[in-house]
Amino acid sequence: MATVAPPPAAQRRLDRLERIWKGPSGLVGWLTTVDHKRIGILYFFTSLTFFALGGLEALLIRTQLMGPNGEIVSPDFFNQLMSMHGITMIFLAVIPMQIGAFGNYLLPLMIGARDMAFPRMNALSYWIFLASGIFIYSSMVGGTAPNAGWFDYVPLASRQYTPGPNIDFYTLGLIFTGIATSATAINFIVTIFKLRAPGMSLNRMPLFCYAILAVSFALVFALPPLTTALTFLELDRALGLHFYDVAFGGDTLLWQHLFWIFGHPEVYVIILPAFGIATAIIPTFSGRKMVAFPLVALAEIAVAFIGFGVWAHHMLAVGLATVTTIYFAAASLIIVIPSAIQLFAWIITIVTGRPRFETPLLWIIGFIVLFVLGGLTGIMFAAIPFDQQLTDTYFVVAHFHYVIFGAAVFPLLGGIYYWFPKVTGRMYSERAGKASFWVTFVGMNLTFFPMHIVGLLGMPRRQYTYQGDLGWNFINLLETLGAYILAIGLLMIVANLVVSYRRGAPAGDDPFGGDTLEWSVSSPPPSYNFPVIPKVSSPYAMWDREDREGDMKRLEQGDVVLEGGHETPSSTLLDADWDEILDMPSQSWAPFLISVTLLGMFTMLLLQHYVVALGFAALTGLVLAAWHCKEPQVA
Amino acid sequence: MLNRAGWLSVTLALALGGCGQQSTLDPHSEPARQIATLWWVMLVVSVIVFAGTCYLLVLAWWHPERTGLPLIGDRPRALDATVVAFGIAVPAVSLIALFVYANVSVAQHTEPPAPAETAMTIEVTGSQWWWQVRYPGTTAITANEIHIPVKTRVSIVTQATDVIHSFWVPQLNRKVDSLPGQPNRVEIYADEPGRYRGQCAEFCGIQHAQMGLAVYADTPERFRAWLDNMARPRRAPPTPLARKGEQVFSQQCASCHTIRGTTARGQVGPDLTHLKSRETLGALTIPNRKGYLAGWVLDPQTMKEGTKMPALDLTGPELQALVEYMERLR
Repeated sequence: MATVAPPPAAQRRLDRLERIWKGPSGLVGWLTTVDHKRIGILYFFTSLTFFALGGLEALLIRTQLMGPNGEIVSPDFFNQLMSMHGITMIFLAVIPMQIGAFGNYLLPLMIGARDMAFPRMNALSYWIFLASGIFIYSSMVGGTAPNAGWFDYVPLASRQYTPGPNIDFYTLGLIFTGIATSATAINFIVTIFKLRAPGMSLNRMPLFCYAILAVSFALVFALPPLTTALTFLELDRALGLHFYDVAFGGDTLLWQHLFWIFGHPEVYVIILPAFGIATAIIPTFSGRKMVAFPLVALAEIAVAFIGFGVWAHHMLAVGLATVTTIYFAAASLIIVIPSAIQLFAWIITIVTGRPRFETPLLWIIGFIVLFVLGGLTGIMFAAIPFDQQLTDTYFVVAHFHYVIFGAAVFPLLGGIYYWFPKVTGRMYSERAGKASFWVTFVGMNLTFFPMHIVGLLGMPRRQYTYQGDLGWNFINLLETLGAYILAIGLLMIVANLVVSYRRGAPAGDDPFGGDTLEWSVSSPPPSYNFPVIPKVSSPYAMWDREDREGDMKRLEQGDVVLEGGHETPSSTLLDADWDEILDMPSQSWAPFLISVTLLGMFTMLLLQHYVVALGFAALTGLVLAAWHCKEPQVA
Repeated sequence: MLNRAGWLSVTLALALGGCGQQSTLDPHSEPARQIATLWWVMLVVSVIVFAGTCYLLVLAWWHPERTGLPLIGDRPRALDATVVAFGIAVPAVSLIALFVYANVSVAQHTEPPAPAETAMTIEVTGSQWWWQVRYPGTTAITANEIHIPVKTRVSIVTQATDVIHSFWVPQLNRKVDSLPGQPNRVEIYADEPGRYRGQCAEFCGIQHAQMGLAVYADTPERFRAWLDNMARPRRAPPTPLARKGEQVFSQQCASCHTIRGTTARGQVGPDLTHLKSRETLGALTIPNRKGYLAGWVLDPQTMKEGTKMPALDLTGPELQALVEYMERLR
């Protein structure tokens, strides 16, 4: 809409909206912003930085394992690297990228809202995420990073067997970051339920939003078991309690149960937003609506739900009763069905559409191929004897990298290309985009496919070295080669986007013929998102031409522009009828300050200065009180 | 003793169904064979599914202008029905088949044996980073190298003294975790005499990578002879130098190690009564030869960083005597 000069009446309204919604500029603007788009961008660059760190750790791991008896890193440093690689990629890179960056930036735009339901809590989530990431990574400075693996089994993680602060960084850091994640999840649930543009009843909501909704619910229920497990562990370590200590009537397997009650839903938390990205890209580039839309929406919810009933398939070798293993294997098989529904819906949509194999769709095709491979090996692990043979080998490492790198990161990379023009207003280079895909795809498969084989040949995971006479040497060399090719592919993406950001052709509002509402606004979107609250009558709002032309007319007439203040409408939960007009909060220092005081508190807990920690908790309370004072009226 | 592993042999052996002394694809017992067969069956089905998916994607790639699916067409109801058929019906049927085959049929072979169901029981206890091996009903105690009679069902009862480990000899059966305070059972069996390598499969700290174990399947006679020897106390040191070595041992090593028949009764490290009957040191980390042994005694941290064994501050003659003594612990 910004490309065509609007009539003067409309322009006056746009200027007024801009004045109301634009926050302060410069550094202060970024530190105090509550704009979901700015927060999304902050999340993007922060999680990208962590992704790069996790990638560097992976390269060091692969370099050490390039040949037998490697001596690039010491055994203890290797264990820190492999633990931090897992912690980083899961907690600090992939999930924040999907939910924090993509979810934050896109979700309000897709549902026709002007911001998240709780903009300041949104900012708080980001700052806490950043602070907890810094907290966890500060452990590397002293060479005492977590070193018991990302799932941190006790008793290895207890004070007795890991006396240093390594594990305390893990427990406190993850409790810390869990605050951010919980707040984000709640924020998304309320935003999706209450801020959809009037007319966007639940059955007209884009599938990406269904994925975010499913993930948010999964997080709300999955994080408490994790926080419980972490709190027990920290109490054991810091105060000498015995939750996990067999000698005092504790239970080592309690940790595994609690961790995986969180950990398996977490797997679906990782891939569901990626599914959502796939279901956003596929209709656009296939030029047709998704096949079996309601089934796909239900499947997304079902995956998140069933994901809570499968955790013990991570524990089939610990000696559980047969009846238990049988139940969890069966539940794990059931989860194949919603995944298969989505898979065939995507494929059939592509085949029966008019697919344009441009860069974003290429990544989604790659994703489908890799997800099928990772899914098939996943099914194999529901065969109990096979699981008991291959679990904790490189076969598992291959499987979950096909799922996490193939099925979660590939759609993310496709999504980065897809929404790059929207966020920056510039087009990426198509040729360089395709080249980056092929290099990454080849590197990915060269790194991870041979891991299936070396796992079958008996190589356990998490080994800092291996002996040269076991038939694993050449395969490991291939994997290392693949890892470097993979790194080159990822750097090609960065290079493409950096150059395109400076020199790319202007993209216009809707370069791909997208189907959802973010394509109706200018690129980059204005601070208020929508000049007029959009009318929605189908899940493919952008393809409903009359509705969009109607919006333009209503802007001229001043109908539902909501220019009286910092306002956005709320709607009813199911049918999205008009409910009331909400007065939204504006920028604030409080979220940033709270993250600082919380960082102080967690640092003092780590150092076991409990009184000082209490002081920081009190400071946090003061900032919270200031936050909740009545804010000055804007405009 | 071990086969060399060039890349050619890896590829060849893979084509032939696996190689290496720790390969799941080279089974030497019925349970391991059942699991390997299960893998090959699942692989074939997976290849078919994968090929079908790729076929559809290739179809879209080469003919982006086509409308509808082959045979099915483009009617919305037909497409929805296809999603239901391939997303629900076909997976449901194949998953039920897999469930029955794997978790009912194959699982019967890999189930833990009931106590007293097998001819023999061996207790294997994991510690950071080695395995203690006991033969109940005898006084035999050894470490890391388990001997069993060939073609005999043997029940392994495993637990851990410190953190969680996992007992795994892939050519003989699946793995089972070794937990502190909760014994788990798994059956092993070997079709033919041989050495079957295994390894701790649950991350257990700094030297998880060097926590190997080996199962030697012997003929019944050889096994009986081995076990009888293992059950005896140490032979008295035959030479003056070896006798001096025993004194050095009792001063320097006895607080951690046991040598049955002497005053050395430490329980921290492996029982060394018949050390020389083992092929390796440090849980398969290095060969059990004189030079390695001397190096290990003087500087174990270089050979296996983090091991609980401290470096010993010995004079030249003391070391010479100690090695002489230990070399005779057969």
